[in-house]
Amino acid sequence: MAFPEPKPRGPELPQKRLKTLDCGQRAVRAVRFNVDGNYCLTCGSDKTLKLWSPLRGTLLRTYSGHGYEVLDAAGSFDNSSLCSGGGDKAVVLWDVASGQVVRKFRGHAGKVNTVQFNEEATVILSGSIDSTIRCWDCRSRRPEPIQKLDEAKDGISSVKVSDHEVLAGSVDGRVRRYDLRMGHLFSDYVGSPITCTCFSRDGQCTLVSSLDSTLRLLDKDTGELLGEYTGHKNQEYKLDCCLSERDTHVVSCSEDGKVFFWDLVEGALALALPVGPSVVQSLAYHPTEPCLLTAMGGSIQCWREETYKAEDGTG
Amino acid sequence: MGWKEGQGIGPRVKRRPRRQKPDPGVKIYGCALPPGGSEGSEDEDDDYLPENVTFAPKDVTPVDFTPKDNVHGLAYKGLDPHQALFGTSGEHVNLFSGGPEGTNNLLGDVGVNKGRKLGISGQAFGVGALEEEDDDIYATETLSKYDTILKDEEPGDGLYGWTAPRQYKNQKESEKELRYVGKILDGFSLASKPLSSKKIYPPPELPRDYRPVHYFRPVVAATSENSHLLQVLSESAGKPTHDPGTHSRHQLNASKRGELLGETPIQGAPTSVLEFLSEKDKERLKEMKQATDLKAAQLKARSLAQNASSSRPQPSSPDVGHCSWHMALSGGTAPVRASNFKPFAKEPEKQKRYEEFLVNVKRGQKDALECCLDPSMTEWERRRERDEFAQAALLYVSSHSTLSSRFTHAKMEDDSDQVEVPRDQENDVSDKQSAVKMKLFGKLTRDTFEWHPDKLLCKRFNVPDPYPSSTLVGLPRVKRDKYSVFNFLTVPETASSPATQASSEKVAQHQGPDKSRKPSRWDTSKQEKKEDSISEFLSLARSKVGPPKQESSPLVNKEEEHTMESVSDKVNKGVDSQTEGEGSRPSMDLFKAIFASSSDEKSSSSEDEQGDSEDDQEGTREADVKGSQETDLVETSSVAQASEPAPQEPAPFFPIQKIQIDEREEFGPQLPPVFCANARQKLEAPLKEKHKKNKEKHKTKKEHRRKKEKKKKHRKHKHKGKQKNKKSEKSSSSESTDSSDSQSDEEGAADLSPQELLRR
Repeated sequence: MAFPEPKPRGPELPQKRLKTLDCGQRAVRAVRFNVDGNYCLTCGSDKTLKLWSPLRGTLLRTYSGHGYEVLDAAGSFDNSSLCSGGGDKAVVLWDVASGQVVRKFRGHAGKVNTVQFNEEATVILSGSIDSTIRCWDCRSRRPEPIQKLDEAKDGISSVKVSDHEVLAGSVDGRVRRYDLRMGHLFSDYVGSPITCTCFSRDGQCTLVSSLDSTLRLLDKDTGELLGEYTGHKNQEYKLDCCLSERDTHVVSCSEDGKVFFWDLVEGALALALPVGPSVVQSLAYHPTEPCLLTAMGGSIQCWREETYKAEDGTG
Repeated sequence: MGWKEGQGIGPRVKRRPRRQKPDPGVKIYGCALPPGGSEGSEDEDDDYLPENVTFAPKDVTPVDFTPKDNVHGLAYKGLDPHQALFGTSGEHVNLFSGGPEGTNNLLGDVGVNKGRKLGISGQAFGVGALEEEDDDIYATETLSKYDTILKDEEPGDGLYGWTAPRQYKNQKESEKELRYVGKILDGFSLASKPLSSKKIYPPPELPRDYRPVHYFRPVVAATSENSHLLQVLSESAGKPTHDPGTHSRHQLNASKRGELLGETPIQGAPTSVLEFLSEKDKERLKEMKQATDLKAAQLKARSLAQNASSSRPQPSSPDVGHCSWHMALSGGTAPVRASNFKPFAKEPEKQKRYEEFLVNVKRGQKDALECCLDPSMTEWERRRERDEFAQAALLYVSSHSTLSSRFTHAKMEDDSDQVEVPRDQENDVSDKQSAVKMKLFGKLTRDTFEWHPDKLLCKRFNVPDPYPSSTLVGLPRVKRDKYSVFNFLTVPETASSPATQASSEKVAQHQGPDKSRKPSRWDTSKQEKKEDSISEFLSLARSKVGPPKQESSPLVNKEEEHTMESVSDKVNKGVDSQTEGEGSRPSMDLFKAIFASSSDEKSSSSEDEQGDSEDDQEGTREADVKGSQETDLVETSSVAQASEPAPQEPAPFFPIQKIQIDEREEFGPQLPPVFCANARQKLEAPLKEKHKKNKEKHKTKKEHRRKKEKKKKHRKHKHKGKQKNKKSEKSSSSESTDSSDSQSDEEGAADLSPQELLRR
C-alpha cells in the first residue's frame, strides 16, 4: 500500500526510547496497542489491566476484576470494549469507558494465555493451556463458547484472528490455521513449542516464533518456509514477536534483554535494541507507525524512530 | 489352766465317741489339716483312751491374714522346683492346683512317682542337677510304661471320651468340680449343693419334608362376599379359619377402640377425606370397590383352583419344577403382568416366544411353555429356556410395576462399544521433525483437514458457512471401537503425494549415470513378485544349497542399491524426510500384527504380496512395518553380521526375499530375528526404490533410524569414514550377502554363528 506513494520512505526502526512507564502492577505480562495505536493496555500480575496513553505516559483507567494475573488483553475495533484473559481461567469482556466487567466467560480448564477479538468484536477467541481455543459469543448471553477448537495436543500459546481465519500456535509445536471460509484446518508442524504467531499485515505469511530461538516466516497457503530469523534467545519464556508496521522487519523479544529486528526479506539482523537487563517479556508494534512498546519487569518502554519528534507537543 | 501350744482354747471336752468312718461318697476333705496331722494319730490311739479323760479342744489354726504381696492370680503358687525338676517327670506340672489329686490319679502314675528317688539320680555322670534325667537306655521297654488310656474314665456315663462335646463336658465338669475341689481358698467355703445347671432344650425337630422357603399367602380382606374364599384359602394353608368376627387389636383404629371402650367419639375435624364426600359419592365408591374386590376375589379363586389342580402329584419328574413356578406365577401376580417389559429384547425371537408364553400362562394353560418353545430346539435348550422364562416371569412381573414408574428408557445408547474419534489425525511428528531439521517446510510439515466451523461462528465472522448442509462441528469424526489400542494410534493416509518429484530426481542425480541407465530392478522385483510360487520354490531350493552361488546381475544390482542407499543416506536425507511425508509412523498393521490375531495378518500380507502394483503400495507398507518391527528386534545381530565384510558371493536376492516373506507367513511375526532381520532390510530397499518409481513416498521412521544405525556401524568398524566409496558398497553388499546367507539356511543359526566367529 505504500508503494504507490511517489517517494516511499525508507523503513525506520524504533530505537529511540521515548518513555518508560512504571506500570505499578508488578510484572507486566503483556503490552498491547489498541486498534489505532493511540493507547495501550498492560496486563499486570497484580490482577489488573491498565489502559495507558503511551505517548503521553498517562494512565487512563485501571480494570480490576480478574482473580489472578492477567496474561493477555485485546481491544475491540471500535475501542468500546476490551477483553482479557488470565490465570483465573476466565475471559473477561470489559467496557472501556465504565471499566466494568461486561461478561465473564468461564469454561477454560487452565489459565488463558491469549485472547483476541474477531474483526467485529462479536467473538472473543481465547487460547488456554488446556489446549483449547474457545470462541465466546459476545452477542448472546449463552455461557458456553460457540465452538471449542480442541485439535491442539498441548497448550495454546498464541491466537491471532483475521477476517476469516484463526491462527493458533501451540506448545505441541504446531501452528494451526482454521480457515472459516474454506472450512479447512491447516496444521503446520514446526517442532519446537510455539510461543507466538502472527499474520503478516498483507495476510500472506505467518510469523512463528518457537522455543528453539528461531522465528520462521511461513507461507500461509503452502506452509513453506520463507525465512528464518535467529540470533535472539528464546528458550524458556513465552515471548512475543511481530512484524513492523510495513512488514519490512521482523521483531522479536529476547531473553537477553534486547529486541531484535531482522530484515524480513534478507533475514539479516538489522538491529538488536538493548532494552534492559532482564527478559523482554512482551512487545507491541504500532499498527501504522514505527513505534514499539516493550515490557520488561514492571515497566513498559515506548520506542520511536530516531527522527521522531513529538508533533503533539503535549506532555 | 492356761494355754498350751498345740491346744485349743476353751473348756476341756471329753473325747467324742468314735467317729464313723466317713462314707467315701460323702467324704469331705479337710482343707486346713496337714496330711500327717494329729487327727490320724488320734484316731489310732482312740482305742485305749479312758472314759474320764478330758482333752483340750482342738487347736484352731487361725485365719492367715498374710497380705498378698505378689502379682499372681489368686491361689497361684508358681512352680514348685521340687516337683518341677526332680519329682515327677511324667507328670504334668499343674500350676493351678485346683485338682492335683485329680490329675495325678487320672494319670495313674502316682505309684511310679512314689518309688522314685528324689534328688540327683541318673544313669551316668554328667547329668546336671537342673537337667532332666535321661531315660534308662538299658531298661527294657514294657507296655506298662505307656498310658493305655488318655484319661481316666469319666465318672459318669461312658458316652464320650475326652473329646466329648463341650456342653456335655461342662455339664459333667460342673459336678466333678464340686466333688474334686481339693483346696479351697482361705475365707471361702465349699458350696453345699451344686448349682442348678441351665437346662438346654434341643431345637425342634424339623419335619422330613420341610422346605426352608416361606411363601406369603395372598391376603384377602375378609368381606361378606368372599368369606367362603377365605375359608378355602385358610384351609389350603393348613391354618384354622380365622374368625372374621373377631378382629385383632391391630385391626382396630383409635376411634374403633374408643367406641369399644364406650368413649364418645371426638367431635372435630374429620379424620378422612372420605367423610367430605357426599352420600351419593360414597355409595358410588363403595360399589366400585366392591366390584374390584369381587374381581380380585374371582381371580384368586381361579388361581387357587389352578393351584389345587396343579399341585397334585405329577408323574413326570421334570414337570415338578415346572409346576412349581407355574403355581407361583399363576398365583396372585398374574394380573399385573407387564406387557411392555422385554427381558429378552436382544433376541426378538426369544422375546416373541416369551410373550407367547406369558399369554399362555395368563390363560392358565399348563403347557404354556411347551407349546411356545421352538420345536427345533434341543432338549437342553428347551429346558434352559423354560427356566429362563419362568424366572423372568417371576422376577420381572413383580418388580416391574413398581420400578417402571421410576425409570425411563435410555435415550442414548451407552452400551455400544464404539466411540467417536477424529477421522483425520495429525500424523506422527517424527518424520516431520526431520523435515523441519532439513527446513523442508511445506507439504511435509503441513496437514490439511476438513474442518467444520460452527454456523454461528461463521455468522459472527461474516463468512458463509463452508458446509451449509452439514451439521458437523469441528473435525469429522468416525466411530471406532471404544477400548481399542487403535484409537490411540493414527491411521496413516494412503494417499499419494506427488510433491516429491523433484527430490526423487535429485536422488537420480546422486546415483550417477551408470546407475540410472540400468533397467531398474525394482521393476523386476515387482515382476518377480507377481510371479507365482514357482520362483519362490526355486529360490527356496537354491538358497538351501549352503553357500550361495554367484549371480552377476543381482550383485551389480545390489551394489547399486547399496550405493544408492548410502548416498541417499548421507546426502539426501531430505529425500527420506520428504518421503516420510505421510503415513510413516508404524502403521496400524504393525500394531495389528502385535495385537490382532495372526491369521488375518497372514492372509492380508500374502494377498498383498501377490497383489498387483496398486496393491503393492499397501503390501509394501505392511512389509515395511514388519521389517522395521523385526529390525528392532535384531539390530544387534545385524550389526554383528554387518561388521565383518566377507567376500562372499551374493545370494540370489529376490528369491530369498520371497523366501523370507514365505517364512514370515509361515511362522508369523515371531520368527527368530537372526534370520529375518536382514531380509527385512533387503526387502525394504527394493520397496523403497519402487516407491520412488511410483512417486510414492513411503518410508518409516524406523527404517530411517535403521539406516542411520547402519551408517554408524560402518563408521565404527573398518570402513571408517569411507561410506561412499566402493568399499562401503562392498561391505554393504557383503552384509547383504551375509544376511542372505543367514536367511538361506533356515535352521542355520548353529552353523551360521561359527561362521561368523571364524570370520572374526
